[in-house]
Amino acid sequence: MNIIWDPASLLAALAGGVLIGLAAAWMALGLGRIAGISGLLGGLVDGAPDRAMRVAFVGGLLLAPALYLLLRGELPAVRMMADTPQLLLAGLLVGIGTRFASGCTSGHGVCGLSRLSPRSLVATLSFMGAGFAAVYLLRHLLA
Amino acid sequence: MKHHAQAAQAFAIGLLFGIGLLLSGMSNPQKVIGFLDVAGQWDPSLALVMGGAIAVGLPLFRIAESRSHRQLPSWSGAPIHLPGKTGITPRLVLGSVLFGIGWGIAGICPGPGLVLVGSLQWPGLVFVLAMVAGMLLFRPLDKVLSR
Repeated sequence: MNIIWDPASLLAALAGGVLIGLAAAWMALGLGRIAGISGLLGGLVDGAPDRAMRVAFVGGLLLAPALYLLLRGELPAVRMMADTPQLLLAGLLVGIGTRFASGCTSGHGVCGLSRLSPRSLVATLSFMGAGFAAVYLLRHLLA
Repeated sequence: MKHHAQAAQAFAIGLLFGIGLLLSGMSNPQKVIGFLDVAGQWDPSLALVMGGAIAVGLPLFRIAESRSHRQLPSWSGAPIHLPGKTGITPRLVLGSVLFGIGWGIAGICPGPGLVLVGSLQWPGLVFVLAMVAGMLLFRPLDKVLSR
């Protein structure tokens, strides 16, 4: 194992994480809900109540890059790691899986762990474990 | 009127959440795969995203929970509704494993997917459309499985 220690990206990760935690807590204290992206988007897809709130939240996420660009002058670098068939398969799995698990990285990983929820801990260990395994399989065993 | 105020708050929360994702590196699939690739060049920085989020989340969610227990409303006036913490079911584990496999294939989870669409990264749109299709498939699939 080679570990990459890059102080700038460690600091950015920590600062970004703090903003994410603040946003999630604001959702709970301000609107009384869990800031779970799969749940808020999934409810929109399902036609669940609170449509305006869901549309506004998703709209905020979609427009965040424009605000970031305005504040910092450029967007962070992005490099895709999957081709179109892989993106389609990955998207399907993420869509189905997060709905079955009632949450994703935000709902279980951030909000659930912040609440010390055993259920969210099991979910987080499961999706992280599966993520590590999938990357190992795709990028080492099958590569 | 109340609904407008709630939507305005939700919009601001979405913006803040998205800025956090962009700043942290979570919306760059290369970084996510780098974090999940412990056997390669491991980039542990994304562990700090969850660490930072939970560090501020712990005290603030405690307040939210205590308000919820005392039946006090949120700032918007809506009740604080927090889901149960128990109920470790096969569907929780199986669903999370499917999600994790998808996350490992593309290096994208739901929030970053939406942020990538907003960054006009078209592969992100392919991912999000497939994710929405998966969400649409969930109800009929759930009906068949629970029969």
